[in-house]
Amino acid sequence: MARAALIVALVAGVACAAHADELNVFVVENDGIPASLTGASGDATRGRAIVVDRQTGLCLLCHAGPFPESRFQGNLAPDLAGAGARWSEAQLRLRMVDARRLNPDTIMPAYYRVDGLSNVARAYIGKPILNAAQIEDVVAFLATLKDTKAR
Amino acid sequence: MTGRVFIAAVLAALLAPALADEIPRAQRRSGYDAMSPQTRAMQDNESENPATLWVLDGEASWRKPEGEANKSCADCHGDASSMKGVAARYPRFDAARGKPVDIEQQINICRVERQKATPFAYESHELLAMTAFVARQSRGMPILPDKAAGAAKTVAEGQRLFTQRRGQLDLSCAQCHDDNWGRSLGGASIPQGQPNGYPLYRLEWQSVGSMRRRLRNCLSGMRAELWPVDAPEYVALEMYLMARAEGLRMESPAVRP
Ligand code: HEC
Ligand code: HEC
Repeated sequence: MARAALIVALVAGVACAAHADELNVFVVENDGIPASLTGASGDATRGRAIVVDRQTGLCLLCHAGPFPESRFQGNLAPDLAGAGARWSEAQLRLRMVDARRLNPDTIMPAYYRVDGLSNVARAYIGKPILNAAQIEDVVAFLATLKDTKAR
Repeated sequence: MTGRVFIAAVLAALLAPALADEIPRAQRRSGYDAMSPQTRAMQDNESENPATLWVLDGEASWRKPEGEANKSCADCHGDASSMKGVAARYPRFDAARGKPVDIEQQINICRVERQKATPFAYESHELLAMTAFVARQSRGMPILPDKAAGAAKTVAEGQRLFTQRRGQLDLSCAQCHDDNWGRSLGGASIPQGQPNGYPLYRLEWQSVGSMRRRLRNCLSGMRAELWPVDAPEYVALEMYLMARAEGLRMESPAVRP
């Protein structure tokens, strides 16, 4: 399934997604998004804060990672340790923006997508989970996770 | 298999929605199984179970005449033993009304039609107390889902709702409760989402709460739009959950973390 989605993405070559006005246009190449969503690079320190925050990033509901201060971490998803060694920034960016393009069945939410969803609570309609600048901060942080040793 | 039948079968398989796999019968577990020994003891020991206060209030109002008819539940139903097994069979399809009815709705139907009283509000202390008292009478009994002709449609609708992704997080109930039960979501162990303990005392709520309240909590977590509190979707989900839980023992009123 993941491979099929990848092939579709490859055949399409360039896929654009920006239905809502708030979303910046981005270009998918192979299995990544090479260009920053904002045109600027993110801030890894802010990115780390987003990842450990349970209301903003929600990441640690599903993932564990090198976050000794976070007592409660999930185990529904791969450990984030080493994510920056396994993937390029472009690949990390697509995984954050819309992991379903790589695996339609994944439970990882699309953090930068507002279409193709149903029954969204009114307060969140038309809003991505993270905005473009937050995505860039998280990507910058994930790229620093070179050490593959899980906790 | 003839060629045409085979092609039709392949097409049907391809077109069938990719439903998450249901939990096999032998692996069905109550949320109780993952609880700490202390929380289990709290549920098992009636004098320690905080929900006992609700049960006692329910018992008192069972015998209290109400409404213009000035009748009590006991005037029609006799003592509590008449309620044995009832909660294990609800929601059930009400042929006269042509729709499914859950225990809370049934209590309010009796209030309005027999007692000529005003219905209890959802999540009111009175309704939780009466529901807890009625459900208490089925403790230990196996869940027997309604298999009447009319029920199947609602069960199917509940299953559709259960497996459909929704909300800003784009998750389905099944992705957590069928595919990932037993794993840890943040600090919380994901249960199978079995309905056998409701209404129940949740330590996090510091109160007894209904199945509806639980469903609304999960929907909020998915950042999904909540249906109005009296919406048929809750009853459909409840009815599917009961069908999915067939044979599991009732624990109402249970305790959960
Ligand atoms: C509801 C669950 C869930 C949440 C929340 C979630 N993820 Fe994921 N994530 C997954 C799953 C499951 C995978 C595995 C890939 C797949 O399913 O195809 C994954 C994969 C990843 C990967 C690639 C993993 C690897 O190293 O191979 C990264 C990086 C990642 N997630 C980062 C994040 C970050 C950062 C956040 C929060 C901003 C987050 N995820 C939130 C479930 C989740
Ligand atoms: C992202 C994961 C997730 C999703 C999606 C989810 N739930 Fe839950 N559910 C949980 C967790 C975790 C609990 C345990 C209570 C807690 O810690 O909040 C729970 C508890 C429950 C329970 C109570 C089980 C018990 O033993 O008392 C039921 C019933 C339930 N969920 C049904 C549903 C239904 C129906 C849906 C969809 C409308 C749903 N859940 C969506 C994670 C989820």
